[in-house]
Amino acid sequence: MTYNYPDNSGHFGQFGGIYMAETLIPAVEELRQQYLRFRDDPEFKAEFAYELKHYVGRPSPIYHAKRLSESLGGAQIYLKREDLNHTGAHKINNAIGQALLAKRMGKKRVIAETGAGMHGVATATVAARFGMECIVYMGAEDIQRQAPNVFRMKLLGATVVPVESGSKTLKDACNEAIRDWVTNVESTFYIFGTAAGPHPYPMMVRDFQCVIGNEAKVQMPEMIGRQPDAVIACVGGGSNAIGLFHPYIEVPNVQIIGVEAGGYGIASGKHAAPLTANAKVGVLHGNKVNLMQDENGQIIETHSISAGLDYPGVGPEHCLLKEIGRAQYVAINDDEAIAAFDSLCRFEGIIPALESSHALAHAIKIAPGMGKDKVLLVNLSGRGDKDMNTVAKLKGITL
Amino acid sequence: MSRIDMTFAKLKQQQRKALIPFITAGDPSQQLTVPLMHGLVAAGADVLELGVPFSDPMADGPVIQRASERALKNGMSLRGVLGMVAEFRKQDATTPVVLMGYGNPIEAMGWEIFAQRCEEVGVDGVLTVDFPPEESHEAFEHLQRHNIAPIFLLAPTTNEARIEQVAKLARGYVYYVSLKGVTGAGNLDLSAIEQKLPQLRKHIKLPIGVGFGIRDAATAKAVSKLCDGVVVGSRIVQEVENSTEQNVVANVGKLVKELRLAIDQ
Repeated sequence: MTYNYPDNSGHFGQFGGIYMAETLIPAVEELRQQYLRFRDDPEFKAEFAYELKHYVGRPSPIYHAKRLSESLGGAQIYLKREDLNHTGAHKINNAIGQALLAKRMGKKRVIAETGAGMHGVATATVAARFGMECIVYMGAEDIQRQAPNVFRMKLLGATVVPVESGSKTLKDACNEAIRDWVTNVESTFYIFGTAAGPHPYPMMVRDFQCVIGNEAKVQMPEMIGRQPDAVIACVGGGSNAIGLFHPYIEVPNVQIIGVEAGGYGIASGKHAAPLTANAKVGVLHGNKVNLMQDENGQIIETHSISAGLDYPGVGPEHCLLKEIGRAQYVAINDDEAIAAFDSLCRFEGIIPALESSHALAHAIKIAPGMGKDKVLLVNLSGRGDKDMNTVAKLKGITL
Repeated sequence: MSRIDMTFAKLKQQQRKALIPFITAGDPSQQLTVPLMHGLVAAGADVLELGVPFSDPMADGPVIQRASERALKNGMSLRGVLGMVAEFRKQDATTPVVLMGYGNPIEAMGWEIFAQRCEEVGVDGVLTVDFPPEESHEAFEHLQRHNIAPIFLLAPTTNEARIEQVAKLARGYVYYVSLKGVTGAGNLDLSAIEQKLPQLRKHIKLPIGVGFGIRDAATAKAVSKLCDGVVVGSRIVQEVENSTEQNVVANVGKLVKELRLAIDQ
């Protein structure tokens, strides 16, 4: 099997593409050319590797969650510790990569959208690191949910712009960032946070995030003498997931499982799980993907307890992986994610992000039915400090 | 000859420029859209751009965003917009109508059904903001089959190779976006438009309409000297927003008359 996507026009089978307004087409074309030019440039690669090692703190370790696994009595759960990265999530891998590209393209102003705030924090961080002006668009509702991250971005010198339109969450932040980009296209680099959007973003973000899976492929044999039986990651737009999954696509006998946000349950309609719910293919934010929409093609409001997964679409490569059957996608509901969050806190002394808790919850769900010799590798994509307010509120506690 | 081609041919003969107003279908209410369309024509519009509201209007500024929200709240759908054009055609068989919006509502309906319905109800052109030529092959095929003109945008950032590409695909007219930004933004730069147009004319043999940033009679007049048609969107939608259901048709008509007068001077 040879898997080689996207094609030259940015398509992953029927998915992906460059569905953007004309004003931005030359900008994404320039970005594509520049990325292809620097992607294999030894100096660029060396600088990226240096930043990942000395600034981000990579490689991130893999940790055997022994007590948790024992409590479940089945498969062994291993965690890829992206939560230990500088800024506390996988988002920094991509933000560094794009900032290095922005620097080479002579752009001094960067913009970003953010949901949970982790990509916003990562972008604000690299903007400070490389001396760039930084504007972060964030839905007004997310600003409420993720107050600590808003403060972090401001400390790092970024301007956080609340977005009041639509559902006031991630998709609306994307709309507003695109509006900024179309207005300031020549001066501005849009550091897009997930493996979605117009080509080359899905490919570029994936490539930068593939450090996760590439490390894991070396670390797992060192720890257990073989590759895991399954790799599991949460999927909103899907950047941490594709970073783990992509290097494993052509590794035989490794199951790939993406975990979407089931919200109040798929049947309730209040979720953010377009793949699990078999949402119709549509076009939003520059790409053709499975998209939560009504019968008239209007995008519907999503729900998840986790702001980072609260998005109606998903990256095009995940749509393809599902279509060709290489990966399976499942949904975990809010309450299951919270239970997994609690378990990891109590059994392992690790506070996971609510996003990552979805991936963990699925591992917790399937581990008991598997043999003790089976191994599940879960991407712990971020840490949960940012979620203290949300979790406290759910438990009826005022901080 | 299509309604769009006939309209521009006639205008050329008369040495006049096209006035192309935009309104969002379903704003301020579904009942008022067809009367507004007739009012626009009576006030001097040559081509009507009818906005199909979308939940995520990424290329639009606050004025048209709010119009889309109002229209969706009023239950407006692509199906409903097509019905309005059918209704409009009962009394107006000549004024071209171009649907303008984002691709997803059409994707959801299916391009073939959509193009067929357009032909049936009397839509003349379709402008899909987020479908550049690269992604328009399928759309183009269906629109062509049903004699619907694909209208494309060109921007200040569009290079010559892309202008050539659009020239091959476009029918009806080409819409030049006069500034880098969303709809309704300010700062129209006339000299920049003047500089870009010869490059466009070199490849585009169709009429060229210019829009974005045209907010009054003076700017409409100045822009009309440079091109074949003037597109006015946000300014008209703003007038809709500031009017009551009772006076909206009259107010918008008055504004469009002023623009017409200025362009014809």
